[in-house]
Amino acid sequence: MAEKKMGLHTIKLKNPPSILSTATIVGPKEGEGPLKDYFDIVLEDDLFGEKSWEKAESKMLREAVRLAMNKINLSPDQVDYFFAGDLLNQIISSSFAARELGIPFFGLYGACSTLTEAMSLAAMMVDGGFADITIAATSSHFSSAERQFRFPLEHGNQRPPTSQWTVTGAGAVVLGREGKGPYVTYITTGRVVDFGIKDANNMGAAMAPAAADTILRHLKDTGFTAADYDLIMTGDLAKIGREIAADIIKQNGYDITTKFTDAGIEIFDLTTQDVHSGGSGCGCSASVFGGYIYKQLINGNLNRIMIISTGALLSPTSTQQGESIPGIAHAITIERSLEK
Amino acid sequence: MEKRKENEIKNIYQQMVQKKVPQSSLIKDAIFAFVVGGLICDVGQFFMNLFLSFGISKDDVGYYVATVMVFLGAFLTGLGVYDNIGKYAGAGSIVPITGFANSIVSPAMEYKREGYIFGVGSKMFVIAGPILVYGISSSIIVGIIYYLVKVLAR
Repeated sequence: MAEKKMGLHTIKLKNPPSILSTATIVGPKEGEGPLKDYFDIVLEDDLFGEKSWEKAESKMLREAVRLAMNKINLSPDQVDYFFAGDLLNQIISSSFAARELGIPFFGLYGACSTLTEAMSLAAMMVDGGFADITIAATSSHFSSAERQFRFPLEHGNQRPPTSQWTVTGAGAVVLGREGKGPYVTYITTGRVVDFGIKDANNMGAAMAPAAADTILRHLKDTGFTAADYDLIMTGDLAKIGREIAADIIKQNGYDITTKFTDAGIEIFDLTTQDVHSGGSGCGCSASVFGGYIYKQLINGNLNRIMIISTGALLSPTSTQQGESIPGIAHAITIERSLEK
Repeated sequence: MEKRKENEIKNIYQQMVQKKVPQSSLIKDAIFAFVVGGLICDVGQFFMNLFLSFGISKDDVGYYVATVMVFLGAFLTGLGVYDNIGKYAGAGSIVPITGFANSIVSPAMEYKREGYIFGVGSKMFVIAGPILVYGISSSIIVGIIYYLVKVLAR
């Protein structure tokens, strides 16, 4: 078996890369939510001085990456690889950001799971000795996602209670071979799981089995239990999806309920912010992890956590053609220090 | 055999999801739709009475009212108000002619950034298109039936 492989689909990094810095930029609505004090930049105008939502989203991603580099005085030349993805067709936010940044670029699409997909690959790249410094970044924008996946913004329609609100946000994470932590230590890569949910307004339910599958495989592969983690955070099953995933995991003999939260629940106040089931989008787990969670790791409130970004791999075309919604979830373990 | 088991698991899962999913509050939604839809009709009635008092004939007054209501729907869409009404009223603000205006003006606004030809021009009827296609088609079919009935009844 491969040296770093563990169990079925988990790897244990032998030279765990350190997270050197993170940066987050969010929109005005996210800036009114419970995590408002943890974001680096809260935009007053969600067009960010640009002429279109797409341009604004790409700028958010680009500026988040620049900010994360500036925090540790890094120049783009010192970064070996840039892994990024977003929700738009042909991932234009990411590739247009990469056009300005000039860092060798791997474009990824994992829908809302892209953050941990990018972080997994960025971490493996460093661990494998292929890179000294890598960056993982993702973005999403409510308005650009709405027009691509749903209706024009000014169209007067009703959302069902299961629907989720796409987060306007971008987050960047810089990983390096040498650093003081927190470290990426384990990676469990997701399988595409589809239990036949067809309702594009209920993506939490479509993704919950994938999240449960990845978490269960991770726990089986590593031998960990909920007690080994301070926090297990999916991003973004939202309220309904989280409950379903917790139930499936419980049925399989693991109880993680007390440690289990979701980025889509954390980022908004579900009772006052009119987001129905909670937040979604690549920018959701990126801004919650890069803003809130990272700071909790740095100041010692959290020691070992698992982040599982979850993606619904649908397109408007697949929905119209009657396809069900496949889900995917990638898990990574992050530890504050390596002596444990 | 494999396929059957797979479908069984999917069915069990979908039942599990059904139990978890909160249902839209039908009564509350229906009341909102009724009240807002009714108010929109009141506004229409107000303009109808107004135009009738100006001496416009009963046969023509419908055109005047429709024009005003379409303008109002488009205007409120432009101000960014109509989508907020729709959030609460649902069908109450979609079904009246103001909703039709909203369904044309909102994509026209949204897709302006893609230019006037491929943006506004081609996306304008992205929501209203099906309504027009099937509305016009069914009116033709009904017209033909009406004609045949008339001919046969003669």
